[in-house]
Amino acid sequence: MTINEKQDQIIEIFNEFTDWMDKYAYIIELGNQLPPIDPKSKINQNLIEGCQSRVWLDAKYENGKIHFIGESDAVIVKGIVSLLIDVLSDRTPDEILNADLYFIDKIGLKEHLSPTRANGLLAMIKQIKLYALALKSTKQQ
Amino acid sequence: MLKNESFYRFVATFATQNNQTMTQNLDITAIRNDFPILSRTVYEHPLIYFDNAATTQKPRCVVEAIEKVYYEQNANIHRGVHYLSQRATEAHENARNSVKAFINATSSNEIVFTRGTTEAINLLATTFGETFCDRDDEIIISTMEHHANIVPWQMLRDRKGIKLKIIPINEKGELNMSAFEALLSEKTKLVAVTHISNVLGTINPIQEIIDKAHRHNIPVLIDGAQAVAHTSVDVQALDVDFYVFSGHKMYGPNGIGVLYGKENWLDRLPPYHGGGEMIAHVSFEKTIFADLPFKFEAGTPDYVGSVALEAAIHYLKKIGIEKIAAWENDLLHYATNKMVNIQNMHIYGNADHKSSVISFLVNDIHPFDMGTLLDKLGIAVRTGHHCAMPLMTDLGIDGTVRASFAFYNTHEEIDQFIAAIERIVKMF
Repeated sequence: MTINEKQDQIIEIFNEFTDWMDKYAYIIELGNQLPPIDPKSKINQNLIEGCQSRVWLDAKYENGKIHFIGESDAVIVKGIVSLLIDVLSDRTPDEILNADLYFIDKIGLKEHLSPTRANGLLAMIKQIKLYALALKSTKQQ
Repeated sequence: MLKNESFYRFVATFATQNNQTMTQNLDITAIRNDFPILSRTVYEHPLIYFDNAATTQKPRCVVEAIEKVYYEQNANIHRGVHYLSQRATEAHENARNSVKAFINATSSNEIVFTRGTTEAINLLATTFGETFCDRDDEIIISTMEHHANIVPWQMLRDRKGIKLKIIPINEKGELNMSAFEALLSEKTKLVAVTHISNVLGTINPIQEIIDKAHRHNIPVLIDGAQAVAHTSVDVQALDVDFYVFSGHKMYGPNGIGVLYGKENWLDRLPPYHGGGEMIAHVSFEKTIFADLPFKFEAGTPDYVGSVALEAAIHYLKKIGIEKIAAWENDLLHYATNKMVNIQNMHIYGNADHKSSVISFLVNDIHPFDMGTLLDKLGIAVRTGHHCAMPLMTDLGIDGTVRASFAFYNTHEEIDQFIAAIERIVKMF
């Protein structure tokens, strides 16, 4: 499934919800299902400090693809982390760098990516792209 | 469009605190009609605004005052000979007199307009700090201070090598007064504490603090940001040396605040900023500074904000600060009694004297999650460290959810808030 096919699938799932609270109940479910990050990865080096909540993000590069794992201290943030990983993990650096993440806006969670929300998610996406960029340039050398 | 008008149509009845069962009336419906924003909806729910400790909403008269200045008398003040400038100057200085009366200062020379509490404290940290503090001198603050009353003193510490002494708090979130007394010494140059904690709601015994500090001839600065809208303040009765507060937390406009200082203190402090307004005479060799309070008001002052702040003061006086305090106290107890019945509810701050601020956590639900979901139900609260990270460290937590009430809030809103928390808890 391509990044866009994955995004469309998520949008379809969220279109089923007519109520904000149902939408968030689903995000909480996703957050609770996200496996806890290995303590070895839960280190300051992988910490994205938000003013309101914290996100940990670690990456592994295998067979030309980047595998991401992530976690947050807030469950809603964890749920959104889970969605982002679902869309962007196990992709090539090029796929990640060219990705247009429209699903967040379409499912009504754009506010969580605003710089004022201070939950670490915006910085997480930036970090994912930076990983991709760094791996791409290492590969090219 | 006013939502739920009949819903709010009731008369608030409560008993006064001095055990005399006396019934007073606040017409909450009429009060809510003074605040247009309260009738709006958020995510299709009627707005429930419980973030009053961050900023209060504005009554119509405050916004109209701003409009009136701009539409009818806008001109730069103090330097103009023309009609408008004189009217604007008069309005600005009348506002200063209203602030003076509001806190019962001796003279309007003691009222310095600032951009807010933060600027007022920075002004003192710079001017008082540079004049009266030397290496190894001490300034006493407390564990429950807002960053605005910590960071300026740390910056002074780093400039001048002073030391900060911290008054600890007890498990109820009250200042440890014997520890405070033990900190007072001949090295202490200033005691700077908050009147009311923005996180715990604790109303500190500032009269006792001032009296004890004065016995050692130590001046006292009180951060009144959380207090002036909720309790009456008489700076002469308190004998406080400096008292600072913000307009926007007392139903006034953003961007204006007040530094009250006793004249004999302010006289001895150097100016903070240089520029126009604050001078008597300037040549390239020497500048003679203006008298109080203008010495501290460089540049064009916020003569619009001052007039709107005056409108807020008049509004508060019309409603009656004692009635406001009693109603908010009633809301605090009503909400607390309901909240403690929620399983695994932990309220931070159980001081005997407490303002209408409730910081809490339920189960291990992250404040961000609770705040996000309350928001989706139309309820505005604040989450996080509330600009009091040292206090959070002391409490052993990263943050709380904070609900803070104003006199336009109602029991019905609290009922909905409680129902919302109960609904959210079930989602985790």
